[in-house]
Amino acid sequence: MSASLNEQSFRLQDAGEPSLDAAENQWKEDYAKQIGANNQEIKNMSGITVDPLYTPDNIKDTDAYLKQSGYPGQFPYTRGIYSTMHRGKTWTQRQLVGLGTPADYNKRVRTMLELGANAISLLPCNSGFRGVDCDVVPLPLLGTCGTVVNNVDHMDTCLEQVPIDQISAAMNDPSPFTLFAFMLNVAKRRGISWDKITGTSNQSDYISHFVANHMFYRLSLAGSRRVLVDHIEFCREHVPNWNPMSVVGQHIQQTGATLAETVGFTLSSAIQHAEDCLARGMDPDEILPRFTFFFDVSINFFEEVAKFRAARRIWARIARDRLGAKDPKSWRLKFHAQTSGVDLTAQQPLNNIARTAVQAMAGIFGGLQSMHTDAYDEPFTTPTAKTAKIAVATQNILREEAHLCDVIDPLGGSYYIERLTDQMEEEALAVMAKIDAAGGMYKAVEVGLVQAMCGESSMANQELIESGKKRIVGVNCYQDEEEEKIEVETTRPDPVLMQKHIDEFKAFKKNRSQQAVAKALDNLTRAANSDDENVFASVVEATGAGVTHGEIISCLRTELGFGHPLIIA
Amino acid sequence: MEKVFPNVTGTPVRALITKIGFDGHDRGSRIVAAYLRDAGMEVIYTPPWQEIDAVVQLALQEDVDLIGISSLATDHLIVPELMQKLSDAGLSEIEVFIGGIIPEQERPMLIEAGLGGIFGPGSSREEIIECAQRLAAAARLNKQKAMAVAL
Repeated sequence: MSASLNEQSFRLQDAGEPSLDAAENQWKEDYAKQIGANNQEIKNMSGITVDPLYTPDNIKDTDAYLKQSGYPGQFPYTRGIYSTMHRGKTWTQRQLVGLGTPADYNKRVRTMLELGANAISLLPCNSGFRGVDCDVVPLPLLGTCGTVVNNVDHMDTCLEQVPIDQISAAMNDPSPFTLFAFMLNVAKRRGISWDKITGTSNQSDYISHFVANHMFYRLSLAGSRRVLVDHIEFCREHVPNWNPMSVVGQHIQQTGATLAETVGFTLSSAIQHAEDCLARGMDPDEILPRFTFFFDVSINFFEEVAKFRAARRIWARIARDRLGAKDPKSWRLKFHAQTSGVDLTAQQPLNNIARTAVQAMAGIFGGLQSMHTDAYDEPFTTPTAKTAKIAVATQNILREEAHLCDVIDPLGGSYYIERLTDQMEEEALAVMAKIDAAGGMYKAVEVGLVQAMCGESSMANQELIESGKKRIVGVNCYQDEEEEKIEVETTRPDPVLMQKHIDEFKAFKKNRSQQAVAKALDNLTRAANSDDENVFASVVEATGAGVTHGEIISCLRTELGFGHPLIIA
Repeated sequence: MEKVFPNVTGTPVRALITKIGFDGHDRGSRIVAAYLRDAGMEVIYTPPWQEIDAVVQLALQEDVDLIGISSLATDHLIVPELMQKLSDAGLSEIEVFIGGIIPEQERPMLIEAGLGGIFGPGSSREEIIECAQRLAAAARLNKQKAMAVAL
């Protein structure tokens, strides 16, 4: 175990810090080298040329600049993890899609790609999160919040005519990552080599699922921990361009944690996962470049920007000083952000389009790498094709029309933002010290400390709304008594098609080689009970042999346990 | 388990706050549980992902007056099944209300199934407590009537 957070995280590079001029020149050189065809002069509406970056030269306060901010693409990455940031490449437009049958998903995802999305994301049906197949679920609940994907054939249909060797995919599926296992088998069927597969095991952070979503009903905390490390190890060897670790702050913020608590909890989780991998003998520079983060972005505009800047700075120091990573790629906190559904209101729902735009701007100024924008009807239902289009258009408008990407970290150097970044960092470090004192994130969740803190913050927030101290348009101020009810379309999968999907699945189960299934489950059981075998490798093998999502989880529940005592805190 | 000595005395209202189905988002149910607790009720709280049969069993064992269901995803669609199973278990005097994301189009189905209240986003603490108290009083009355018939 490395030295404590307090000792390490404040320690800066002792020697060999470059001079300001050298750093600036280095950045200029990197920028010129990497900007390539994007190197165009940008003038604002008044004809003033806008520089890609503003620095202490512009604000004349150079004291702490290098230590606390530095240049983009340079330690501690406060101003962004790449030297070109959104001037070089804006962000991946990754809309979360999940509905109905695999055929429904395929149709929607192809539309999204035609509309400008440049990556895909697959959200499974809630029954999948619970760990069961469609043949044991009440029909009305299937496919209402995600796609019903229970075997490799289903995934094949989801990804029909989607070039999985060319676009990045996010599989939203916690331990034991059956969706990703299905996808690897689809690649095999199509003759695509696994090193061509890029994307993320999104939300692979079991800790956040335990805190916010009670995922222990699916697999025990200890079991999930084991399978995650196996998954990371497997990808390192066999799917080198895949990001197996997605550390999630989104769930924790959505469940009620404050923004600073979210940074603290999320980075404490990242430390836990990294240290679990190191304990397995992995090298930090082999795994940390493949760590990604997934954050919520709320409407608290400046606080969100400061949150992301602080998170980058803390993580860079932890990765280098506590986890011992030497490769700058390991120090970079790269993240996907989803605009927060918590801020959206059922009252005057069209207002949500404005809210989402502000949230998205906070994410952009926060330096995100990938984004999902919520549709305005999410307080009512899974978005329809029509409302999802507006959500994508919101990103397009911000990127194309608003000149948000002309300048790197445009709020950096603002006295307010810099101060707030420092304050958010202090708060987050205090939370992390508390977690360290409790023995790390795993233990803190096991005893319910994190859940209790989230619960308290959630209640405090609710009280602010009740007392009117926190004002929400249409909810506790500016209510519109005459408000016309807007027509909200409820998307529900076609029950006839869903029934057909279930019937086909039942037929599949009957007709597959039962011998192959029994053998694969046998192997999975053995792997789960052996310290030397990789459980995820067996999951990939088993799904290839026709074992279903529900069967995999049922087997692992038996072998690795499930459930957790309810914590009253 | 046989039903004996229903709680019809002047003891505090007993409310079960739970989530059935497959969704795990429990921020709302925890807040409502705290509301009712602070209003003096005895709250039996479960984490989400409960099965309907387990909720019926718990309602029986805990002798509750009231069940509050939280639904963020689409788990409200199986609430009619819960109502049916409560009735089958001889617990139709228990009142049920729901809070969360319930599309307008799907409310009539819930009212028809006998739900005593539906709360969407932005509902106030007062509204929720008032409804819970009213439903609990009705449930106590139902229980008394049922006892009178049984005796």
